This record gives sequence, structure tokens and C-alpha cells, in this order.
Amino acid sequence: MTQSHRIAGGQIDRTKTLRFTFDGVRYQGHPGDTLASALLANGVRLMGRSFKYHRPRGPISAGSEEPNALVELRTGGRQEPNTRATVTELYDGLEANSQNRWPSLRFDAMGINDKLSTFFAAGFYYKTFMWPKSFWEKLYEPIIRRAAGLGSVTREEDPDAYDKGFLHCDLLVIGAGPTGLMAALTAGRAGKRVILADEDFRLGGRLNAETFSVGQTSGADWAAATVAELATLPNVRLMTRTTVIGAFDHGIYGAVERVSDHLAVPAQGKPRQVLWRIYAGKAILAAGATERPVAFENNDRPGILLAGALRAYANRWGAKAGERLAVFTNNDDGIRTALDLQAKGVDVVAVIDSREGGDLIPGVRHLRGAEVIDSSGKLGLKSITVRQANGRSETIAVDALGVSGGWNPNVNIHSHHRSRPIYDPAIAAFVPGQDGPPGLLVAGAAAGAFSTHAALRTGRDAAIAALELIGAAPDLPETEDAPTRVTPLWHVAHGKGRAWIDQQNDVTVKDVKLAHQENFTSVEHLKRYTTLGMATDQGKTGNVIGLAVMAELTGRSIPETGTTIYRPPYTPVALGTLAGRSRGKKFKPFRLTPSHHWAKEHGAIFVEVGNWLRTQWVPKAGETEWRQSVDREVLATRKSVGICDVTTLGKIDIQGTDAGAFLDRVYANTFSSLAVGKCRYGLMLREDGMVFDDGTTARMGTNEYVMTTTTANAVTVFRHLEFCRQCLWPDMDVQLISTTEAWAQFSVAGPNARKLLEKVVDQDISDAAFPYMGAGNVTVCGGLRARLFRISFSGELAYEIAVPTRYGDALLREMLAKGAEFDPIVYGTEALGVMRIEKGHVAGGELNGQSTALNMGLGKMVSKKKDAIGMVLSQREGMTAETGYRLVGVKPVDPQAKLTAGSHFLEKGAAPVAANDGGWLTSKVYSPHLGCDIALGYLKAGDKKIGQRMRIVNLLAGLDTEVEIISPHMFDPEGERLRG
Amino acid sequence: MIIHHPILGPRDAQEFVYLGDASLIDRPDGMTAGIEAFHDYLYQRSNPAGEHRELWYHEQGDRSWLVVTRNTVTHEITKVELARDVARAKGRSK
Repeated sequence: MTQSHRIAGGQIDRTKTLRFTFDGVRYQGHPGDTLASALLANGVRLMGRSFKYHRPRGPISAGSEEPNALVELRTGGRQEPNTRATVTELYDGLEANSQNRWPSLRFDAMGINDKLSTFFAAGFYYKTFMWPKSFWEKLYEPIIRRAAGLGSVTREEDPDAYDKGFLHCDLLVIGAGPTGLMAALTAGRAGKRVILADEDFRLGGRLNAETFSVGQTSGADWAAATVAELATLPNVRLMTRTTVIGAFDHGIYGAVERVSDHLAVPAQGKPRQVLWRIYAGKAILAAGATERPVAFENNDRPGILLAGALRAYANRWGAKAGERLAVFTNNDDGIRTALDLQAKGVDVVAVIDSREGGDLIPGVRHLRGAEVIDSSGKLGLKSITVRQANGRSETIAVDALGVSGGWNPNVNIHSHHRSRPIYDPAIAAFVPGQDGPPGLLVAGAAAGAFSTHAALRTGRDAAIAALELIGAAPDLPETEDAPTRVTPLWHVAHGKGRAWIDQQNDVTVKDVKLAHQENFTSVEHLKRYTTLGMATDQGKTGNVIGLAVMAELTGRSIPETGTTIYRPPYTPVALGTLAGRSRGKKFKPFRLTPSHHWAKEHGAIFVEVGNWLRTQWVPKAGETEWRQSVDREVLATRKSVGICDVTTLGKIDIQGTDAGAFLDRVYANTFSSLAVGKCRYGLMLREDGMVFDDGTTARMGTNEYVMTTTTANAVTVFRHLEFCRQCLWPDMDVQLISTTEAWAQFSVAGPNARKLLEKVVDQDISDAAFPYMGAGNVTVCGGLRARLFRISFSGELAYEIAVPTRYGDALLREMLAKGAEFDPIVYGTEALGVMRIEKGHVAGGELNGQSTALNMGLGKMVSKKKDAIGMVLSQREGMTAETGYRLVGVKPVDPQAKLTAGSHFLEKGAAPVAANDGGWLTSKVYSPHLGCDIALGYLKAGDKKIGQRMRIVNLLAGLDTEVEIISPHMFDPEGERLRG
Repeated sequence: MIIHHPILGPRDAQEFVYLGDASLIDRPDGMTAGIEAFHDYLYQRSNPAGEHRELWYHEQGDRSWLVVTRNTVTHEITKVELARDVARAKGRSK
């Protein structure tokens, strides 16, 4: 198809042709086009259907404020819904599709919603779909969701990479129109580190869309020359296609750079987008202004655009939206559109100026004091109806209408810290208020200074003020300095039809009237009741009209009515951009244990424990089911010897003359009395008296201890100890360092544990030399430094041996090789869990943050002879009750019966209701020694119920099993094995 | 946010872990104070809209606990001290 609506001029490269499709139809455009400008140049005005009423829509703007022209871009994993055609840079091979229509854009069956519009006014859903309650989720919502909506999301994975980056500067300039360029030039020439960011792919802002001159050249040429100079300055970073999305605390700004959105596929090694965090000493908001329409009946037809957008399409992109054009304005800027289009040879049929005054254009019919009251044309504008000053109506055939209701400064980012914009009647718009983000200055049109001269001047002055520059500043080139002349007109009071305010969310003047009628008159209520401004464009074109209509209805002034404020992001940001590289397996780094490579070689199954990957079990040939492997590991360990990597446990070296006293304060039990060369089990409470963590701590020297923590709490325990040391007892002589990753540590457990270790440890570790709960520094394999602890989690004769991490892999292989005669096995976390439950040791399921030492049967460990964290509050009434939960062991009466963790204790014959609940199972395993499922659980007054029979009920699993309550020490209760 | 660490200079708040009200420094002595005093210490906090002294931990840094004076409305930070110095100034020792 030819580019029927292409006109002369513009900043497009006509020497090159780009091919693209929209809804499968082939079109052509040029480099420099947006999808919207190229479609308009091809005579396509209909680009979408509206959200709720499925009204035919075309673009109303030429920028990021666009509410209507939302399309689905690309296909497959790169398919992207709700892309604004007005900012989509055209590339060769671009594929776009319209959305929210079925079966086609021209004939949309859901257009029936438009005929039923009475039913879809604001608040309709709230009032209508209330009963019966269950119908909402099952019936109403799915139907409504299907009928009202935007684009669809691909189910395929996005193949592109998204990066994050950090930048620092003295001055961040947001927006590269005349204001921003002048600010950047002023600061850049002064040698300051400047970042100039603009969402557009061509810097210059409005200068590219206007015809007036700056200095001796056109505005666009002046912008290009200024950009060229800035590009030569090494201290200035120009960032095109970069939207500053928000002002955060302390001079931190977020920005999204669309590195590859203008390409079919990102270049090799390049990300699709980058999320920048910019640390700016100062910032200047030079974001310009956004034109607003005037609401009148049927003002949403394709072909009705903002006047400034019509001008931009003609001047910058050489595209006209129609053959016969009219302009409807309440201000001088609208007249510019008529002038520019006339100069481009477009037939300007009429200027409808709502004001009595206003300049006249020779050769153009000028209707003063007139208003557009209606329009016609099903899929695009065919005519407008004008009510003249004398009250007579007239229909004028046009296929394009430019509407200007004045310009709103883009205050958005200035209000990200809750600064409320204030109304300036001189320009009939809101300007930035007080208490904006510290260090952020506003200049140019964003501050309400609309002329080009004012933009250049305030841009320069803002840079000087922000950076306290002294000395020569750039001269201001000669340019237009027209005053802002606007007579407010928000909506045309005529007729009973709908006049759109927020085109993206289909909010009309009627909806605002309804909100008023139902007393939702505050702007915040208005917004939520009607959804005004809650669409993806955040009401950039509609909000002010909505609140002006409300002001009119309530008889209050606009300042009295007030305004809502904006939140980040300035324009929508893809979730993938926020995620960056942190997705899938790369969401967090994996921590690998020293035995990981050995385990991988032997086909181990791994389990994620926090960031760690731990060996869960190591299957042997012929084992088809996990229980076979785990049972074998348990039996082999208890029969001979097993090795388990326990490096993930937190390890903290604690040194200093007050180390013992410090441990007495942070542990519920006492450590200052521990002999050098011995270990002790330690119980750590939170200040509220609940158990925080547990582990063994060894005294390696008079002033030197080694603490272990659970894997899960390694970080939080260390943080807590630092809190105690620095904030509570700042003069204690005690130093901490985390050595979790410094030592590879293995548990060696089983009757042959000592015999195996004797093969690698250089010293005497006989029972006499290294008794139960002994600890000390040793060497292995002929001199390598190591730590040995005779501690047991499995109930077996067991040790934990630690060597510097880099030797962990070698030590494991050495132990397996030298101890081969004992048939050692490596066991994983499952076998570890079986053995600890057989012994009644608490772990994750019991250390649940809601349990006391008393609950765990460890009440006697809490010493009341010394002050320690949690000691006092652990004595609170409700936590010491005789009837409270106690840790018990559980086994089914029928050894074949299954138990499930999470099941609840019930007395025999009791109904399974909360009032009869006796507690719950915290951990459950199959014990190969007892030949049945066993479990630990918290049972009310459980210590008095040992030997009794109860039921375990799990209504979700359909389980109701008779069990025997037993001691939690289910295996070798006398502990003969571990002292062996 | 940026926290001006007394030793390390300006650092991004992402490097820190937040704990809460700096009154957590004022822990009663467990051998003399009773349950009531500990209850108040642990649970009774003011929640000011305005200036607030709070504990931040430089976990991704030098492990200092800091007392940061921050306005909870504007997020303006007016003072940053080492918690150890604050604790000593309050008479805490061993």
C-alpha cells in the first residue's frame, strides 16, 4: 500500500524504506517513523478498541501519554501487549496486531458493550454483581475479564536479557527538549558530570515538532547542533530511549533504557532493556508539558487528535491524519496547528475557537465563541457538529480534528514524594508545588514556562542554581517568546451522549457526574469510584479535566477541589526489566558444598536449603526409589560408618577475654564454665523467650570459642550476636567472625567412626584422649590443620572434622579411600533427618519460632542464675503452663500405618474440631530400625501422656490413625552408642 | 536511600538490614528487672510520623550497627552514629 497521507518535510529518512505489518496487512514507512506516524502516513487511523465499550480508537497523541493506540507487538516469546504505537520506533519487519477485539478490529462483536453503556457506568460492577457472593469468582469476574481488557500475554519465555546498571552524576537532566538541552549545555560546559536522559529516540523534544527558529536555524537543527556539542564533552552522557521512571530517596532516580526495542532482535550480547539506578547530586526536571483535550460528545473517534499531536505528525514525521482538517481550541497554541498544517498544504476547513478573541488566520474560516458539540463517523471521523456563538448548529465535513484544551506541565516526577501540584490560573494548569524531592529543580514547560525562550532561559538558570555555577554561561539564542493565552474550557455542556475524559479507562463526563451524585466528590474518591486516571497512562491527558468537571459540579474552585498525585513509574515498565537477570535458576546464587563435585560424580540428588545445594541422598545402582537409598544410608551408618557434609551449618569464631561471659548472655545455658577442649549443646532464645536457634559450641582455648548454628539461621544468629556485642554490651572484649565458608566440615558417624578417622588424623583420638564432647585442633594427612569435635546428631559414636574449605573435597576422598575396609557411605539430608528424629533431636519443624525450651523438653537448660537474652520473658505465665505443648515421639499402633507431618493429635473418640485439638506432628520419617513410621510432635501436656494411645488425624490427607505416644528418644535412649 | 556511614561514607541502603526503634539498645538488666520491664522494652514502641531513631546493620559492609535518625515522612536522614557510641553514651558497658 502507498503512503497516501505522507506529506513533505520531517525528520524521517526517505532514502530508506521499512516494511511492517499491522493486523497482517503490509505497509511501508521510513527510519525515524513511529508505528503511529507510519500508520497515519498510510491512511490508517483505527488502531484499537477501547477497554470497556470496545469503541473504535486511534491515537490522540504523538508521545508516551497515549491512552488509545495500544497494540500487541512482535510474536512468540517476544510478544508484548499494550505497546503504545506512538512511541514504538519503526523497524524493518515489525509485526503489530490490534488487541481487545474479536473477530477483527473493524468488526468487534464486543462492540455491543457500547450499546449497553448504560449498564457499564462507574460503580456498575459494585452494585450489580454482588449476590450471590460465590458467583463473583466463578461467573461474573471471568466473563467481565474476557469482555474488558487489554492485550494478551505470551506463554513463552522471553528470550531476551534485561540488565541493571548504576550511574553517578553531578546533574541529571530529565528531558532533552529546549530546557533540558540548555541545562545540560550549561552544566556540561562548566565541566560537571551530566546525564541527559530522554524517552525519545531523537533528542530535542518539542523542537522537533515545531517550525519556529532558534537563533539562525530551525529549532530541530539547533537541537541537533547542541546534541552534537554535548556528545563531544567527555563529562556528559547522553541517554536516548531512556525514561526516568521515578524519583526515589536521596537523589536516586530510576531509569529504563530501551536498548533494543527499536530492533527486531537485540544485537549479539546486548540486553533488551536496562534498568538504571542513577545517583544524582542534583536533578532538573525538564519533562515538558502534555496537551489536554476538551471533552465533548463522541470526542473519541479515530481522527480526533490533540492539536499539538497533529502538528507533530506533520512537522516531524511528514504525516497528516486527514485530508480536511479542523481545529478546536481554547488557546493560542491550537492556532499554531492550523497555521502549520495550512503551510503544509493541508486543507484547513475551520478553526473553532471557544474564545471571543484569538488571532485570525488569513484564508481560514474562523468561528469565534464556538464549540464542537458532536462528531460522527463509525470507524473514523467524518464530520463534526459546531455550535456557533449565535447558538446555531452546523455540521462540517472533516476527517481530522485537532483539539487543544491547553497544556499541563509534566509535574509527575516532582510529585513522587507526595508534593501536591498547585493550580496556576494564568496558564489554567497545575504546576509543581512545594516540598518536591530534595535536589530536584523544575524548569521550562514542566514548571509552566511554555515559550521556547522561557524554556532556554529557565533551563540555563536551573543548571546554574542547582550546581552553584559561577562564570560565563551559554548565550540564549533568539527565539519565540509568545505569551500563554488560554481561556479554560474543560468540557462542552451539550447533549446527553458520552464525552470522554479518560479514554483508556473509558471514563466519561457522565461518570464524574454519577460520582458526584453518589457523593464521591473528593478527588481521591472520584479517582477510585470512576477509575479516572488509573489506567496505564495514569491519566496524563484526562485527570485535570476530570477534576475540573468535579469542581464545576460541586461549585468549588479547582484549587479547592485539588488534585491527585502521581506515583512511579512515569510510564509502564515491563516486569522483566525489574527482574533483570534474577529469574529462573539465576534468581539467587547457588552455594555449593565442598563435597558437591564428589556428590555430582556419584549421581547424588540435591536439595535446596536456603541458597545451598545439599546432598539429599546418593542412590546406588539398582535403587529405584528414594526410600531404598535413604534406608540403606541409615542402616550402613548405624552398622559401620557414614559421612555427611555439614559445612552449611553456621560457624562463628568468638574470641576475647569476655568471650565466655558473652556466650552466657546470648545462650540460655552456661558456657563460661565449659572446660577448654570441650563442646556443649547451646540453646539460644529470642528476647521474647522463644527458641531462636541451637547448636554446639566448643571452647578451643581460654578466650576462644567456636559456635555452630543451624544452616537456616547462620546469617541471623551472626547479626544478632553483633547486635548484642555492639548495642547491648559495647565494652565487652569479644570479637566475632563468621567462618562458615572457611571450613569444610564433615560428620563422621557410626561404630567405626573412630577407626576411620584414625586413618587420617595425625593425633591420638582414642576415647581416653578424645572423649565424648571433646574438641580440639588436630592435623590430618600429615600436617594439614583441622578441627575435631566429638559430637553426635545421629546418636552414634560420631565426630565432626573440619579442614580449610579448599581441602574439603580431598579430605572426603581420602576418608573414603583410607577407610575402605569399613565400607563407609556418604549420606544426605534425608538420612540425617531419619537419625536425628530417631534420637529426638529438634530441627526445623520443631524450631518453628513459636516454641519455648519447655515445649522442647529443654526447660531445664534455661539458667535463671544469670542474665541472658530471653531468660526473663521465657518465664511469662502463658509460656510456662503445665498443660502447654511438650515434645513427644509418636509411632503408629499398626506398624503398617502411615503418619503425615502436620496431622493433629486427638483423643480417642473426640470429634476432629479445633476445640479438641491436642497438638500436631512436626516431623515424620520412616525408621528402618523400628520398622515403621515415627514422628515428633508437640502435644499438650505430652510429658504426662507417654505410653498413652491417641489418634492422629489429618482431614486433608484422609488420615485417622491410632498411635502410641512415646519418648522422643526413640533409638538408644541411654546413649550407649555415642559414648562408645 | 543513602546512609552516610560514620566510617565508610555514603552507602546505599540496600547494603543494610533494618531492625527498628533504637530504644532496643535500652535493654533492662535481666537480674533486676522483671517481666513488665522486659515487656515494655520489647513491645512498647512509638511509631512517630516524623523524626525516628532506628537501628540499621551494615550486613553487606563492615557489620557496624548504626543508629540512623530518619524522618519517617520525608525519609530525610539527619544523623548517623555508631550504635556502640550511642550505647556507651547511654552508660552501657559490659
